[in-house]
Parts: sequence; C-alpha cells; structure tokens
Amino acid sequence: MIYLELFISFFQVGILSFGGGYAALPLIQRQVVDVRGWVTMTQFSDIITISQMTPGPIALNMASFVGTQMGGIAGTVIATVSVVTGPLVLALMFAIIYYRYRELSVMKGILWGLKPTVVSLIATAGIGIFTQALFTGESPSSGSIGTLLLFAAGGLLLVRGKLTPVKTILFSGLFMVLWNLVQRLYV
Amino acid sequence: MNGTRESETDTPATFLQLFLSTFRLSLFTLGGGYVIVPLMRNLFVKEYGWIDEEEMLDIIAISQSSPGPIAVNTSILVGYRMRGVRGALLTLLGTILPAMIILSLLSLVYEWVKDNSIIQYLLEGMRIGVSAVILHAVYVMARTIIQKKNMISVTIMAVAFILSYFLQVNILFVIAFGIISGLIHYLFCDKRGKA
Repeated sequence: MIYLELFISFFQVGILSFGGGYAALPLIQRQVVDVRGWVTMTQFSDIITISQMTPGPIALNMASFVGTQMGGIAGTVIATVSVVTGPLVLALMFAIIYYRYRELSVMKGILWGLKPTVVSLIATAGIGIFTQALFTGESPSSGSIGTLLLFAAGGLLLVRGKLTPVKTILFSGLFMVLWNLVQRLYV
Repeated sequence: MNGTRESETDTPATFLQLFLSTFRLSLFTLGGGYVIVPLMRNLFVKEYGWIDEEEMLDIIAISQSSPGPIAVNTSILVGYRMRGVRGALLTLLGTILPAMIILSLLSLVYEWVKDNSIIQYLLEGMRIGVSAVILHAVYVMARTIIQKKNMISVTIMAVAFILSYFLQVNILFVIAFGIISGLIHYLFCDKRGKA
C-alpha cells in the first residue's frame, strides 16, 4: 500500500536527518531512489533543483513532490506529515528536558560525532548527483566538453562568491538552453 | 491583542499570530534553515519580543541537535514555548503548508512539461548547476571541519566517507557510527574533566 510506504520512508527521512541543510539528501536518495524506486536519479536531481528554487526545507519539499506524484493530495499530506512526526516528538521531548534541567550536553556530544559523518554522507550523495548529471545521464550531451565547462564555471563562481546558489542553478539552466539552440541553428 | 497584557500566566502570542508568523516566513524565504532561522530570531526576539535573545539561542541549539529540518524544529519549539503543544502544532502547520502547496503544484506541472525539449535542456543545465552547488557546500563543510585541526573529527569524517562511498555501507549504519563516535568522545572527554 502506497500510503503506508510513503509514511515509513518519509518518517525515516525526518527522524534520521541530523544537522539541517543538506543532511536529509542522502537519506531521501536512499528511500525514494534506492529502496522504493519511486523516482529515477535524474528526477531526483530535478526535484533537488526545484527544491533549491522554492522556499522551504529540502526534506519537506521532496516529501510534498514525491507524495503528490505517488498518491495525489492524500500522498502529499501523508508524506509531509510523516517527515515532521519524528522531529515534532523529539523536539518537544528535548524542549521539556531543556526547560526542566537546562542541560543539553549529551546531545551536543552526539552531534559532535554526527557532524563529520553527515558531511561524508552528503559528499557521497553529491558525487552521485554530479556523475549522473555530467556523465551517465540519459541526455545526449552527457560527458561532453560543454557540460564539464558549465560545471567548472558554476563551481568557480560559487567559490569566488560571485553568484548565489539559486543564480548559479538558473544561469546553468539558461546557458544549456542557449547552447542547444545555437547548436541547432549552426550545426 | 497587541501584547499589552503581560503577566506570568498570559503570553502575548495568539494562536493566529503563531500560525501566521511561521506561515509568512516559510512562504517567502528561499534558501533553507541557515537563512530562515536568523529571520525567525529577528521576528520572535526583536519584532514581537516573545522570547529573549539568550533563550532563542538555546532554542536554536536544541533545533540543531534534534533531527529534522532546523526551520521546522525551531518553529515547533517557539510554538511550544509560547502556547504549549497546541501552539507547537500551529507553528508547525504554518511552516509546512507553503511547501506542501507550492511543491505539489510544481509536481503536477513537472509531469506536464518535462518532455518539452526546451524544459529538458533547462533541467539538464540546472542539474549541472545543482551538483556544483552541492559539491561546493560539501567543500565548505569539510574545510570547516579540517580547519579546526581536531584529528579525531577528521578521522571520523574520513572513515564515514570510506564506509559510505567506497564500501557502500547502509546509511543507517554510517549514522550509527557517527552517534557512537560522538558518545565515546563525550564520555572520554568528560572523564578527563573538561570537554
């Protein structure tokens, strides 16, 4: 049953993503691409892209998007609620402990070990998305010099702090459209 | 209800205010937790004066220690602090509704336009842009950890990378590895007297 599967998958995403930001990325990939096969790696990258251009945390966005695809409005609601159920219970628990004892050091200790771990998990997911986008994707221009240059340019501008992530993504998209139109006209 | 009546038992935040404050923030804020949390702090501490600066910092610390999106956790904690569990449910609802509405609409649009060739080129280019963005974020995070020159956390990062990338160990075990390393380090440091 799809609703139960959505619940189980997105519940895990919510309760296991420590550290915010991209921390949910590898967990979502495992659930929606590897375990369930709800979306392909290409679609997964597309949803991340859309998620970067819209407000809201990536885990919530992914849950709403995949939930809608798999189960309509009911799917959206179930997937989104599943993502926040674990965090709701745990955050309230921590809040109660905090207001009673003003003490969080064990949690901080655990987080100290989780931080470097999560960076490596995100790195693994990032490399997967990178190789898929540049080399093994379905599109004809995969692995071409143009795509490599586009990546290098995007990366360089980010490192130099000249472009925000949203603009980097938008410009690479628009550049690819122009590149292909020019090729169509002249080749 | 403009926060004029303030006493020990009565908080100035109404349920409607709680819902609208988080709804507005998550509807208009691009860029995830690291952008929205400072905005929440500004709103709840400076603008509304619901929570003092120090308590807000503790709330953010709890949000970061707890699993799940930081913006979601922060809104839950602020709601709870102001009006108990019902307050938490309302701020949570305010936070998740915009994402639900926007992304489910986009999900339908995506199905509809994804075979259009212009859209395909656009998405293809954007995928490359997004991988640059993610790898850049990884680079910044890894650099921060390496620059602290703590060999133990660098080792944890290296081991975790070998486990997940080269050995393709189940992510749940890699997370368990991180939790256990953190616990061992915490206990070890505690025995020595200072963390």
